[in-house]
Amino acid sequence: MGILYAALILGAMGLIFGLVLTFASNFFAVPANPTRDAIRDVLPSANCGACGYPGCDGCADAIACGKAPVNACPVGGADVGAKIAAIMGVEPASGADRKVARVICQGDCQSAKIKYVYTGIQDCVAASTVSDGFKSCQFACLGLGTCVKSCQFDAIHIDPEKQIAVVDEAKCTACGKCVSSCPKGVIELQYASAPVALLCHNTGMGKKVMDVCKNGCIGCQKCAKSCKFGAITMENNLPVIDREKCRGCQVCAEVCPTGAIRALQTRRVAEIDQSTCIGCTICARNCQFGAIEGSLKQPHKVNAACTGCGACAEKCPKKCITMKDATAPRDPKAAVEAPATKPVLTKPADKA
Amino acid sequence: MNTYMTILIGSLLVNNFVMNKFLGICPFLGVSKKFDTALGMGMAVTFVMTAASFVTWIVNEFLLLPFDLAYMQTIAYILVIAVLVQIVEMALKKLSPSLYQALGVYLPLITTNCAVLGVAILNTDEGYNLLESTFNGFCAALGFTLAMLLFACIREKLSLAKMPKWMDGFPGALITAGLMAIAFQGFGGLI
Repeated sequence: MGILYAALILGAMGLIFGLVLTFASNFFAVPANPTRDAIRDVLPSANCGACGYPGCDGCADAIACGKAPVNACPVGGADVGAKIAAIMGVEPASGADRKVARVICQGDCQSAKIKYVYTGIQDCVAASTVSDGFKSCQFACLGLGTCVKSCQFDAIHIDPEKQIAVVDEAKCTACGKCVSSCPKGVIELQYASAPVALLCHNTGMGKKVMDVCKNGCIGCQKCAKSCKFGAITMENNLPVIDREKCRGCQVCAEVCPTGAIRALQTRRVAEIDQSTCIGCTICARNCQFGAIEGSLKQPHKVNAACTGCGACAEKCPKKCITMKDATAPRDPKAAVEAPATKPVLTKPADKA
Repeated sequence: MNTYMTILIGSLLVNNFVMNKFLGICPFLGVSKKFDTALGMGMAVTFVMTAASFVTWIVNEFLLLPFDLAYMQTIAYILVIAVLVQIVEMALKKLSPSLYQALGVYLPLITTNCAVLGVAILNTDEGYNLLESTFNGFCAALGFTLAMLLFACIREKLSLAKMPKWMDGFPGALITAGLMAIAFQGFGGLI
């Protein structure tokens, strides 16, 4: 009998409360926003917070209200951005170049000197509290994998041979978790399409850097002097590459004595279509590297000194120059004397 | 009148739910980063606890005791609390979307806030009448809100201070909570 009462009474309570809730939900009904729900469905549901909003719900709200751009989700990238743009009825955001995390250190176990043998907790934060880390260079990646643990996308790993972190740029979503987890500040968000990047943070000069790492930037300024487009300036003994001015000729990476500046993309080279070239020499006059040969009114040719900056292709009145991936390494010695009048390509005074 | 004074001082300070009974720790740590959200949480919990005390007394007195169902106390009380929390959630969503946003997942979690169930069960155990139960629920909730607000103030200050990395965030908050609990023990001799 007791069990019957218990079931009846609790059942009755449940029924009454259910009715109360039904009434309340009608009374407090909030009209749902269908746009917001549609956006929420498109977002990746990782709830990583990389957009700066609390979870994907917060991001969907912000986009639906117009407070955030349609490409606010860095994880979803252009793909999700385009879908959301379709929902919102706007043009997909263009030119939003993808960013990736990059480890700004090449101090692997061969090149970087070790200050002492660290045997403590295998974690960069712990290691960095002991005399600023066990590597002689205070800017070096310690390679104990604090960033690896922070990554939700399996995009950063410790290279087993080099013992420093490497980013899998295809998987990286630029959520910034590794950037904030690194006690050394070694990881930076950079443009994935950058043709070259400086992979060193050491602000020291010359011997000071040489003593601690073979791959460090010694502040020699060779890159700044060699850049034909004035894209490199020196700050704190480190070159700063101006993304707007850089044309990807990769000469800086070539002249760097320690390899601190690295070319990240395959080099491009110009190719002149022999059948349409009229031999106007405009390309040769615009080439900063003496990579185009040929006499007036004769079809021109590109030699091995081409760096792939693309200046010739831009200036060609016949549009007969195309850029292709390089197959052979560049040979600066192949450069020829450029025609006498050499117009300055970029506004800032070139030293060359 | 004396009883009510005792209940007020007792529930607010001496037997503070958070600082002395260690009930309701989850929202106490979860939504105490900002004063505003702590206040909102305190208000929501105050409503739920007062209403829960009221309704559970009625449920206990007129449903459970007459039918000899005291052993169903926990499940019946949880039912009441769940309904109340649902209503609060709907009301907040309608009336104050910003507070609803700020409280986030901690709002439905009031359902499992042990302070709410705790106050209902303690009321029954103490043998309070309807008015006393409701008042006790209200005072206990005020005590919860007081602890939340004090803690939120301290955490707001702490977030500006330069802390070593291993103390930043939760470790510092937990130590602060411990020190506050010790301070609250000082009210022990009041009643």
